[in-house]
Amino acid sequence: MKIPMSWLSDYTDISGITPEAYNHALTMTGSKVEGIENPGDNLLNVVVGKIKEITPHPDADKLVVCQIDVGKEVLQIVTGAPNVRPGQTVPVALDGALLPDGTKIKTGKLRGVESAGMLCSYEELGMSESDFPDAEYGILILEDGLPLGMDIRDVFHLNENIVEFEITSNRPDCLSVIGLARETAVTFGKPFNLHKPVVKGSGGDIRDLVSISVEDQEGCLRYTGRVVKNVKIGPSPKWMQERLSACGIRAINNIVDITNYIMLEYGQPMHAFDLRDLEGSTICVRRAKEGETITTLDDIDRILDPSMLMICDGKKPVAVAGVMGGQNSEIKDDTTTILFESATFNGALVRKTARKLGLRTESSARYEKGLDPENTEPAIMRACELIEEMGCGEVVDGVIDVRGKIDAPNVIPFDPARINGFLGTDIDRAFMENTLRALDFTVEKDTVTPPSFRKDIEGFADVAEEVLRIYGYDKIPSTLMCGETAHSIKTPAQQLEDKVKTLLCACGLNEIVTFSFTNPNFFDKLKLAEDSPLRQAVTISNPLGEENSIMRTTAIHSMLETLARNQNYKAANAALYELATIYLPTEEGALPEERRVISLGMYGDCDFYDLKGVVEALFDDAGLSGARFLPESTNPTFHPGRYASICVGKKEIGMIGQVHPDVCDNYGLDNEVYVAQINMPDLLTYSKNNKTYKPLPKYPAVNRDLAILADDSVLAADVESIIKKKAKNLFAGLTLFDVYKGKQVPEGKKSMAYSLTLQSMDKTLTDAEVSQTVADILAALEKDLGATLR
Amino acid sequence: MKDQLMMMKKTAEEALGAASSLSELEDIRVRLLGKKGELTAILRGMGGLSAEERPVIGQLANEVRSFIENRLDEQKNLLASSARAEQLKKETLDVTMSGRKPSLGKTHPLTTVLDEVKDIFVGMGFSIVEGPEVEFDYYNFEALNIPKDHPARDTQDTFYINDNVVLRSQTSSVQVRVMENQKPPIRVIAPGRVYRSDAVDATHSPVFHQIEGLVVDKGITMGDLKGTLETFMKTLYGNDAVLRFRPHHFPFTEPSAEVDVSCFVCGGKGCRVCKGEGFIELLGAGMVHPKVLERCGIDTSVYSGFAFGLGLERIVMRRMNIDDMRLLYENDLRFLKQF
Repeated sequence: MKIPMSWLSDYTDISGITPEAYNHALTMTGSKVEGIENPGDNLLNVVVGKIKEITPHPDADKLVVCQIDVGKEVLQIVTGAPNVRPGQTVPVALDGALLPDGTKIKTGKLRGVESAGMLCSYEELGMSESDFPDAEYGILILEDGLPLGMDIRDVFHLNENIVEFEITSNRPDCLSVIGLARETAVTFGKPFNLHKPVVKGSGGDIRDLVSISVEDQEGCLRYTGRVVKNVKIGPSPKWMQERLSACGIRAINNIVDITNYIMLEYGQPMHAFDLRDLEGSTICVRRAKEGETITTLDDIDRILDPSMLMICDGKKPVAVAGVMGGQNSEIKDDTTTILFESATFNGALVRKTARKLGLRTESSARYEKGLDPENTEPAIMRACELIEEMGCGEVVDGVIDVRGKIDAPNVIPFDPARINGFLGTDIDRAFMENTLRALDFTVEKDTVTPPSFRKDIEGFADVAEEVLRIYGYDKIPSTLMCGETAHSIKTPAQQLEDKVKTLLCACGLNEIVTFSFTNPNFFDKLKLAEDSPLRQAVTISNPLGEENSIMRTTAIHSMLETLARNQNYKAANAALYELATIYLPTEEGALPEERRVISLGMYGDCDFYDLKGVVEALFDDAGLSGARFLPESTNPTFHPGRYASICVGKKEIGMIGQVHPDVCDNYGLDNEVYVAQINMPDLLTYSKNNKTYKPLPKYPAVNRDLAILADDSVLAADVESIIKKKAKNLFAGLTLFDVYKGKQVPEGKKSMAYSLTLQSMDKTLTDAEVSQTVADILAALEKDLGATLR
Repeated sequence: MKDQLMMMKKTAEEALGAASSLSELEDIRVRLLGKKGELTAILRGMGGLSAEERPVIGQLANEVRSFIENRLDEQKNLLASSARAEQLKKETLDVTMSGRKPSLGKTHPLTTVLDEVKDIFVGMGFSIVEGPEVEFDYYNFEALNIPKDHPARDTQDTFYINDNVVLRSQTSSVQVRVMENQKPPIRVIAPGRVYRSDAVDATHSPVFHQIEGLVVDKGITMGDLKGTLETFMKTLYGNDAVLRFRPHHFPFTEPSAEVDVSCFVCGGKGCRVCKGEGFIELLGAGMVHPKVLERCGIDTSVYSGFAFGLGLERIVMRRMNIDDMRLLYENDLRFLKQF
């Protein structure tokens, strides 16, 4: 909301307050000032001058040389404008002048003749055609009689500080000059001078001209109407146009301008109907009937439905209540009799209607927030007062005022001790009372009653805030809570997440953070089966776009997108992880399961076993033992021969593999890419954080290398589990250090070279004991797997 | 014999002085002191000496032997240390060449700063709680004193799943869940993702992170809110940070405040970063609205509380001088590795 400071000064004294001080003070009492602008700051050294004499330019047909009296001196200025005549009063940019478009004016020579400045058009002064609809092309001709040398900003009231406020949604009363003047007065401790409008009237009786009824009393809380006859439509006076323009509203004609002026000054939207267009000379506030339509002032046909509140005449809708008037009853150049509407409508209803029609206006934005029914009358009186002041019509006597259901005022207990206890302050009762009274509250011994325009004040906490914001938030002493020390420790799940992040970073993986909603095309990019449960996603009903329309059901898609992006950025290697949430729908009406997963991905200088090593390190660190990697070839996202489901017992807790080349193609990934996803809740469930000390061995260990010849299909996991089992309590370590196929190994076989460590806690092992154990192992390998020593 | 011994001592002295390697020294030792060496040879002639001469010569021979042995040791040490010096000289490295860095991963800046924030609050006795991101309208709005058709809903363009379920637009939704499940005293923070229908640009993202704080206990005051946030900010931004509390409106707190922190660039004088204001808007806060407490069955005549919510991205961007929010979600390794 933009308001010129001079308008505020109609209601309170702000003299001597700098814009900076005003900005700070109002911001600190709750009316946040976004900025204070002075359009005159960009218009300097332009003054009123009078053309004394015009002579032709000796060397240019289209130029003339003017002698201009600017008060203290007479200047010679060359101009090419066709409309200058001796005796005219004109704006003169002096040497050193600054124009709003940034132009700086300097004395110079035009075709050899010295020119000590420039005569200006309205455009050069930063104004528009609508400010001067009758101006002819060329220099702006000013009215006669202006003092010569007067600053042009004072002529057009451009040297004016305009304050832009950010008003919170609970304070519709502050969407007005009066509301903000009240806040200003209280903030600076100055009197607030509310003007009571006086309407002389011109006889007659409104009831003879129009009747008003309210059918929907919940939708329309109050409807106040007055009639003005013998209206002379024309432009409104300059001062009104200037104020509207400063607030960002375009002047239209005197009647419409008055309604807008009242909206700004009183915060009360108004409307003016051409009375001759109201069939039956009647107004009825009712819901629209099915199938009714209206063409609104913006020239758009609107189809209505019974949820919408309308202002209707005897037959048809003539305005969308609180939103916009209809073309069928608008003010025209030949309008002679008008009905002013000043009404209060149900905010929620206006909001719904405006949304449905896709039509949000200055008016609807105010109504939505809930306006004060007590404001309709002062506002309409002020409008009629302006009519009389401006002499643009005769106000018919009488007011039609229909009141609907208006809530009784809220009487709130007043307990200064409780307020101080709540705020942690020591504000005295007198300050509280004075502040509340200045804000128009009624203060009794034990109660306060907020004014009708403060529907936001409901209880003691609201009263506390009113007192506090004027007292100053900055004066509250900072304290630290006393009371019981709350028990605070990270939960096991939070601790595990911390651990996982530390471990993965130590393994050289960088953490990523990606969006949790995504594009449903990822189902196909990942080659998910048609009946894959991952295709069942939580869907956003009003997404920003298709690409962000569903909640992800896997973190692999985001990982592949990120890897692809880094590949495109020419990263030769990438190793990434994300602690991601995936969203898995549950039953109808319930919220989805939000599951945390660890998502891992890498390409470049790595292979399957690098990623698997990270996963194994992760399990070791978390305290998960007994995870098995079961080869599977059925996951369509992965390479059929390089994929494992990760299980603990029968429970699948994750997956790991090389991404299928088709899927890589879908993401534009040229590299071999490895990804894994592990369910965080499962990792937590199966991890045991109970590591204890095992005595260090006192006796030497024995190493034996075993080259095992086995069928290709034999799994290392099976070989290793037999070795472990047969080595019994002598088992102290096993490393697969080579797998060889080729020369000297029969077709369909592989040679697996293991280094086995045996050790006893009780004694030094003898050769015989070692050989016996190795023999047991080899026998079992041959029996169970058909594997032999090479 | 005496002369022989003295002669031997002399030649030994010369030979040892000239020896330039350990093997030469060894040769000399063998030649002079070995079983078949010169000394042995000389001593063989001891039998021909008189009883008076024998001890004298014997002593002299021992002196010559120990002299030679000492000199041998000295020479050995000398040679060894010069050999080591020689070796060390050869081993000189260019220590200005860069080291071989282990490949360490980094946490994402959002995580790094969030961890710091969590630590600060845990240190003040706060627990960390979580709530669902796909949330009932009730927790995101209704229970926070924002009924349907409340104008405040317009200021947060919310993603809807259906009429009753939204993507939470604020972590404040966790407040009510906590109060439904826990009796005071309550002291929690709830960090997490929130969603608003804002197109992506340098300062907006439809997904971002907030950190909600909630304290409910007997006798909690607005002064406690100020003290808590000041402690937090000074820990995060340093002791010079100045907080400014100014009135604002949130439906679920009363009184409500917006909290600004002195601009980290100009320190409050006003500059381009803070748009000349000297302060940067950082978070919203206030005393929990009595209606919100009552709806959760908390007796407002006994208990009061405060709540605050701050945007993590904003803190991270300030902290790390990041000028475009999109960088946080692009996950470009050249960006991630900088921290």
